Formats: sequence, structure tokens, C-alpha cells
Amino acid sequence: MSNVPSDLKYTKTHEWLRTLPDGTLEVGITDHAQHALGDLVFVEVPEVGRKLSVGEPFAVVESVKAASDVYSPVAGEVTAGNAALGSEPEAINSDAYGKGWLMRLRPSAGGAAPSLLSAAEYEKLIAEEGD
Amino acid sequence: MGILRPPFIESGVPVPRRTPLFELHQKLGARMVDFGGWDMPLQYGSQIAEHHAVRRSAGIFDVSHMCVVDLEGARARAFLLRLLANDVGKLKAPGKALYGCMLNETAGVIDDLIAYFLDESSFRAVVNAGTRDKDLAWMRQHAAQFGLEIRERSDLTMLAVQGPEARARVASLLSAAGSTAALALEPFFGREIDGWFIARTGYTGEDGFEIMLPAREAQRLWQALTAGGVVPCGLGARDTLRLEAGMNLYGNDMDESTHPFESGLGWTVALDPPGRDFIGRAALEAIRARGAERKLVGLLLSDRGVLRAHQKVLLPEGGSGEITSGTFSPTLERSIALARVPATARASVQVDIRGKLHEARIVRPPFVRHGKALVD
Repeated sequence: MSNVPSDLKYTKTHEWLRTLPDGTLEVGITDHAQHALGDLVFVEVPEVGRKLSVGEPFAVVESVKAASDVYSPVAGEVTAGNAALGSEPEAINSDAYGKGWLMRLRPSAGGAAPSLLSAAEYEKLIAEEGD
Repeated sequence: MGILRPPFIESGVPVPRRTPLFELHQKLGARMVDFGGWDMPLQYGSQIAEHHAVRRSAGIFDVSHMCVVDLEGARARAFLLRLLANDVGKLKAPGKALYGCMLNETAGVIDDLIAYFLDESSFRAVVNAGTRDKDLAWMRQHAAQFGLEIRERSDLTMLAVQGPEARARVASLLSAAGSTAALALEPFFGREIDGWFIARTGYTGEDGFEIMLPAREAQRLWQALTAGGVVPCGLGARDTLRLEAGMNLYGNDMDESTHPFESGLGWTVALDPPGRDFIGRAALEAIRARGAERKLVGLLLSDRGVLRAHQKVLLPEGGSGEITSGTFSPTLERSIALARVPATARASVQVDIRGKLHEARIVRPPFVRHGKALVD
């Protein structure tokens, strides 16, 4: 079964979000998503300073099988892209919620609250989708 | 994120067929995909680990979706001399196999296949799963005048055991005489051994066997081999292995809209002897006389990133082509591809990956053979 940590928020499109102590957000793809993709071989992360709107593709993750866009769960400005994934894309497979993070961003003030899922809601979603 | 469908998988018939090993794949936790109308294992665990197992030791594949056809009758050879662009007249020793294409009258590739010469009244062909119905219809249409019986061997299960240790692993499970006979098989030969048809062929660029045998025995062979450490491998690894080996995939790299000379398959076309009247010959001679306008080449991506089928290829002097198969090469740890480009293409090209141009070098496939990189 997929690992779905209870302290994170999720999207219907299989991204996770973590709120860091400084108020910025860390974003990656879920364990379920990395499993569905298979071995990751190439990752393109966003430039620092890039402004993203909700649902905008901000990264590309490529497995041996296919390329997939990753969508920004919230609007904001990128404060870091995980450059280490350039030489170690497989970190997403081995540690999707840790070393496999894709970007950090500062959410824009006053933006509409995005619709995010709790861990329980996300678990329900992937159970319905099937493995 | 958007999870895409694997690019080499064409959507098939609504209800996929299952091989006799289906339950075994499920027990092993394989991710199954539809391939050519069959529910087949894509991978059991890590596709890259499966790939390396074949390059370094041994892996086993269920390839029972492939269609085995026996061609029987006194004029079996005459039929294949007419049907195939390669020349079965080259097959002198019993058991010898030949790779070639079945063309239509305009030299479009109906399918690629392997034909084994068993004896003068019996040849065996192995054709692709996705083309099974049209292949059988085409064969039957042309077999009538040769008085041939076309018999599909759906009773046979087919396993491929591939890798530097593959032959020894299989031989260790045969009788003493069978083991000696199997290890004595030359490349591209097959024969009946211990009641199984064992051939020294494959689709990986490694040594190994393809084995056709009854379903129940196939399950036992699978279990005996994997118990001894042979790694179960899915279609995902099969695709990266064949692409590293520079082998074409029907439907990706050639089909009825392309001819062998623009598909890297000129070596499988036998225009000698000039008197052999095979289907598609006149069209091929006309193409050769005016010169093929396009060719299939290997590409090696200089940057990071992954080449994929249908990406556009741009020539520095103008003109463009398209990638027909692309992937990440686990052996080279870079992306490789086959691409159909104008015949004038030389040295290097650019590939459009999601709107950005990336440098790629033209190389002659194969990229990898017998565990060794052939490009740098």
C-alpha cells in the first residue's frame, strides 16, 4: 500500500504539500504517484523567483516509461528548486516525502484558498482510483 | 500531476487476452498493461533493475503474446520465398532462423518476423501479437496457391530467457542429452529438445534462448528458473533492452506506411537472386533506383532529458524528421532513440523536447550489445 503521511496536505493530481516553520511550502509528488510512474530518470525543477498560479505546471518528472507534468497546488513564488534531483532523480522513488521534494514556494498573500485534501481524503481517492 | 500512458503501448481490443502465466504474474505483484490486445506484465519491481539483470546475469520474460505459426506443406519454402523480403533460400541447415519482413505490394511493412526452417515441408514463423489477425489473413490469402496449411500454435507458451548466464541456467534444467544439445545450438538456430522448441534467439542484444513449450511446463520452468535467481522481467525492460540493442519495434519504427530502406531494415532485404519474385519487390527496386528519401538512425542525447517517440528532429541545414522510439538507456545512463530523418542528415541534429531544442548526435545502432556500450 502507498505511504500517505498524516501531517501533509494533498491534491487530486497527486502532489503533496508541507508547511515549513518559516511559512513557505514544500511540494513534491506522492508515494502513490512515484509508484505509478516507475523508475524516475529525469527531473526538471523550477527556477527560483518564478511566479506560479494554481494548477500551473512547474516541474517535469520523467520515468523510463513517460514524462509527466507536476502542477503547483497553490499560487506563489518559487524560493527553491531541488537541484540534487538533477543527478539523483531516483530519490523521488526512494524518499518521495523527504529527499524527493521538488520545490519550495512562498504562497501569495490574499490568494483564493486552494482546495487541498487531507491524508484521509487522499487515501480514499487513491483507493477509488485503484492501484 | 498528469500520469501518462506508456508511449510504446497502443490501445488494443476491449477485452485483453491472458497468457497461461497470468496468475503467476499477478502473484508476483506485476503491474499489468494492455499490449497488442494482451494483458501483459509491464514490470514486477524496478524496471531498471530488471534491465540490468538481463545485461549482467539473466532475466525471464513471458512472451506468449507473440504468435507462433507453423507453415506445413511440400511447397512451404516456395511460399516463404514469395512472402518475405528476406531470402529463405539462405536457410540450408535444419533449425536455422531468418529475420525478415512481410511486405505489401507497395513495400510497406505488414510485419517483421522470424522464420525457422524445420524441414522442407515445415517452417515455423513467429509474428507480433498486435498484427496477428492481419498477418494470418495475409498468409492464408497467399498460401492457397501453394497448398499450404497455416496452423496457429496457440497451444504453445513462449518464454524468453536472456542474459550472459541465461543459456547455462536453462541447460541445467534439461536432461543430460538435452543440455548438451541446447548448449551446442549456434546463434539463430532452434530445435526440439526434451519435447520443447528451444531457439538461440532474442530481443535484448544478449545471448539466451526463446523457448516454446506447453503451458503447464512453462509455469514449472518459470518457477525453477526464478527459484535459481533468474529475474522476472516485464515489457518495460524488454523495450529498453531492445532499443539499446538497436532493434525495431513494429508499429513504432516501421509499419505499412514505411518501407524497409527507411526503417533501418535494408539488411533484411534480399534483392539477390534477381529472379526471386517476392511481394513488394518491384516497389523496392523503384525506391532503390531513385534513392530512399529518408533513413532510420540512432540518436544519442547530449543533454539530460529523455527522447520520446513523436518528438520532432531538426536538421542544421533545414528539414526535419521524427523520433520513432525513444527512452532512457539504463546501461548508458543517457537518452537514446531511433529517428526517421531525411537521408541527407549527418552527424548531429536538434530535438524539440517540450518546446526546447536539445542537441543529439547521430550514431549507428546498436547502442549496447552483450553488456557493452558501443557508443561514447
